[in-house]
Amino acid sequence: MGRERIAKRAAQELMDGMVVNLGIGIPSLIPNFLGDKRIFFQAENGVLGIGKSPSKGKEDANLCNAAGYPVTVVSGASYFDSATAFAMIRKGLIDVTVLGGLQVSEKGDLANWMVPGKRVPGVGGGMELAQKTKKVIVVMSHVSKDNEPKIVSTCTLPLTARRCVNLIITDRAVIEVTDEGLLLTEVMAPYDVEDVVRYTAAPLRIAASLKRVE
Amino acid sequence: MVRNEYGKIISIEQAASYITDGCSLMVGGFGGVGSPPSLLQAIIEKGVRELTLICNDTAFPHLGVGPLICEGRVKKAIVSHIGSNPIAGQRLHDGTLDVEFCPQGVLVERIRAGGAGLGGILVDIGVDHEWLAAGKQVIEVDGKRFLLELPLTADVSIVYAKKADPFGNLIYDKSARNTNPLVAMAGTITIAEVEEIVPLGALDPEAIVTPGVFVHYIVQSNGVNWKWIWEESASPNGQRKN
Repeated sequence: MGRERIAKRAAQELMDGMVVNLGIGIPSLIPNFLGDKRIFFQAENGVLGIGKSPSKGKEDANLCNAAGYPVTVVSGASYFDSATAFAMIRKGLIDVTVLGGLQVSEKGDLANWMVPGKRVPGVGGGMELAQKTKKVIVVMSHVSKDNEPKIVSTCTLPLTARRCVNLIITDRAVIEVTDEGLLLTEVMAPYDVEDVVRYTAAPLRIAASLKRVE
Repeated sequence: MVRNEYGKIISIEQAASYITDGCSLMVGGFGGVGSPPSLLQAIIEKGVRELTLICNDTAFPHLGVGPLICEGRVKKAIVSHIGSNPIAGQRLHDGTLDVEFCPQGVLVERIRAGGAGLGGILVDIGVDHEWLAAGKQVIEVDGKRFLLELPLTADVSIVYAKKADPFGNLIYDKSARNTNPLVAMAGTITIAEVEEIVPLGALDPEAIVTPGVFVHYIVQSNGVNWKWIWEESASPNGQRKN
């Protein structure tokens, strides 16, 4: 499954001791792939130190993540109000956030909150996370349902934040956003470099150390 | 039996009488978690209309503030997202609901500012964002640009807490705290629905999150009367269709 594979690759970016905020969708699968790394997961509603999902029947309705699903907490966890949660975010205390994306531009602009005329869900806490987190990783399918590239020269959808994305992980590639533009560092089999280039609507430099991931 | 020595402990019906057609209503909770179920039900049953709702989000259709939206009781919502409530999306689309979107952290800080008697806050979130910055005053401080975001208050704030004493001192329960301590500060009238009312002195002053001076009325909760989303579906933790 593409989603699991993306989540597994994103999990490799998280290091022991980091403070991390995960978006909904694919990012929520990442905790399944962390091994014994100790990560402090933060949630915008007001929890630092989210642990594994509770087993069925052990859910606590008053202990949920930002998506409204039950969680547990690890030793050393804390509860606080949402203003404090965003104080942590704005102050730059979150090491990594992993967010979903609709479009990412070659400069690292992120659009992930609305499709005009179709879906207007609102931005939630995405703007703060995208603008203020030390490292922003976007995980998404490489192309849209209509087979359109989601990595583009300039985003056509309304932006969440400008120049915020550091790393893009898709079902086909891992791409770094650098000052010199996009750098393709990994290609996921069965796709090859040509596939990735063809379905990326922005200039792509190929890393000398390009890795093919089976 | 707890003594009602400050006259703050009232019935749910009495509490609902403060929420009237056309008023602004601020509601604690995040995706319905930590929203006051009995007060929300009483507001629905009372048939209040034309509300301006200020809340983190529009919850899910059948829980939290969701039913207020679905039953057309809200004319305007000031929220950070409506993504979990498709009816809110429909109503926005067909023009029966006006929505003012505000980034989550900015929204909650505007509420805090309203509750803290501030005239506004300076935030750099979205300062270069064409949609968010539109119509807002930009203020430069030490060479950095900020948006002036205005405080939010409401005629009535309703919150959910774990325990209250008769003075209205509140403690919360885990992630059900979320926006409640901020919302509690920002109401002209603040009503706390609580799981348990304990005698004065029973709460450790060191542990109190909301000092009772912010709380005008206290009601005993009848408990959650909705099914949570995770009780209805087998979908794993945090996953939602995008």
